[in-house]
Amino acid sequence: MAPLVPSQEELQRRRIIGINAETVTNIPSTDFPGHWPGESHGWALDEFKENFQVEFHRNDRFEASFSLIGLDASVANAFRRILMAEIPTIAIEDCFIHNNTSVIQDEVLAQRLGLIPLKGSVEGINWMHWYKKASEDGTEEEDGPCDFNTIVLRLDVECYKNEYADKDEQDPRKLYTNAHVYAKDLMYMPVGRQEQFFVGDGAIAPVNPDILIAKLRPGQKIEMELHCQKGIGADHAKFSPVATASYRLLPEIKIERPIIGEDAKKFAKCFPKGVIGIEPVTPEEAAQRGSGYEGHAGEQKAVVKDAFNDTVSRECLRHDEFKDKVKLGRVRDHFIFSVESTGQFESDMLFLEAVKVMKLKCNRWKRGLTDLMA
Amino acid sequence: MPESVHSQDLDQSMVDAEQPVELLQSNDPILEERQIVVLAGATETAASFQFEGEGHTMGNALRYAIMKNPAVEFCGYTIPHPSDPKMNVRIQTNDTTTALEALEKGFNDLMDLCDVVTEKFTASRDQFNAESGNRMEA
Repeated sequence: MAPLVPSQEELQRRRIIGINAETVTNIPSTDFPGHWPGESHGWALDEFKENFQVEFHRNDRFEASFSLIGLDASVANAFRRILMAEIPTIAIEDCFIHNNTSVIQDEVLAQRLGLIPLKGSVEGINWMHWYKKASEDGTEEEDGPCDFNTIVLRLDVECYKNEYADKDEQDPRKLYTNAHVYAKDLMYMPVGRQEQFFVGDGAIAPVNPDILIAKLRPGQKIEMELHCQKGIGADHAKFSPVATASYRLLPEIKIERPIIGEDAKKFAKCFPKGVIGIEPVTPEEAAQRGSGYEGHAGEQKAVVKDAFNDTVSRECLRHDEFKDKVKLGRVRDHFIFSVESTGQFESDMLFLEAVKVMKLKCNRWKRGLTDLMA
Repeated sequence: MPESVHSQDLDQSMVDAEQPVELLQSNDPILEERQIVVLAGATETAASFQFEGEGHTMGNALRYAIMKNPAVEFCGYTIPHPSDPKMNVRIQTNDTTTALEALEKGFNDLMDLCDVVTEKFTASRDQFNAESGNRMEA
């Protein structure tokens, strides 16, 4: 027996998550075999290929925004989680403090340095390998720093009086030299083959040179050597390649019965600007019986212009005049992603990297299965 | 080579060592091969698998992929204790397949899905970049 194929209206109804004043309805996915009697819903790659769509809204170095349409929440969420916690990046891991006479304590200084996002040649970062630490039970030894697992930075700053400063000068930055220590004071020390990878624009440097690290006064000094290593966000947030990676579902606003005149203006005010438009009722609409517009030709009516920008605040559901006239929802399989890179990689590349990591993870576990098969 | 690296500690000196290949693969937290354990009480068509060091990321996506298989009667995942890095997947199938095969098919389907996502994402991005590039030039 051929499987039943549900009507387009039914499919559309299943795609919408209902958002009501106090409740959310139709939450779980139901596109599984056996859920709807007679329907198939089995995994079909061709079908997925045909239905899956990507739409770009924005693609900058520090922010990418795009829609993934036709995906299940579990998969979209896996991509989001991998973006935040499982894409490897380089960050300062070990601080060797030779001298620190500033008021900021060693451990606080080390913590601050660790969080500074670094950039460098992507090719070089991909060439870098993991730094193996000694295992806790002492069975495995530490790798030791090598050119392919450690990048060395130095921070050597000393503050002293500026003899040429004006007598009445109050600004410490003019009164003293190096009163403020910034991320740009970090010096990259290439080692071995790193000289081939991190050259010119590809040299390791902080993404933002103006991050304030510490403040000094004459006679105070910071001398340290910093070792940067590869790591993942699950281990420490400083390794996370994104400032944030999130998604939201596409909002849907359905005006089920006409909203006319003053009500239309009030209705538009319940939403962010541009979401609801005001248009005059056309004579054709007014002529149509049962449309609710009869006799209102020329009056103002509310129409949905751009649901994409809605915040789904549900403000319109608080007013009695809109009762039963509007239905809010979200599209279950339309994920509007927003990925903000910290600057080590391009934002769009990060998503591709996340998909790659997902595939690698599957592959790894699958290899683990072969032993079970025997 | 920065002098300090040597003056620091002799044991820590930087050397241009040849990359020890087998070592690099074994300590990559993403590529490292790990064992899946079959929990007690398993039969051919109904089994629970324990994944060490895995969480909701793979758990939920894998559950979705396995549930999409028509031969699977039940699939669910759980993280028995939040401070224990373990994830359990329960699979029950009908007699046309086994729990193990269903699990493998789940991985295969997820990998196919990843390929499609990569392909479509790249195409859409390139098109977007080309269009916005044209706009900027105009």
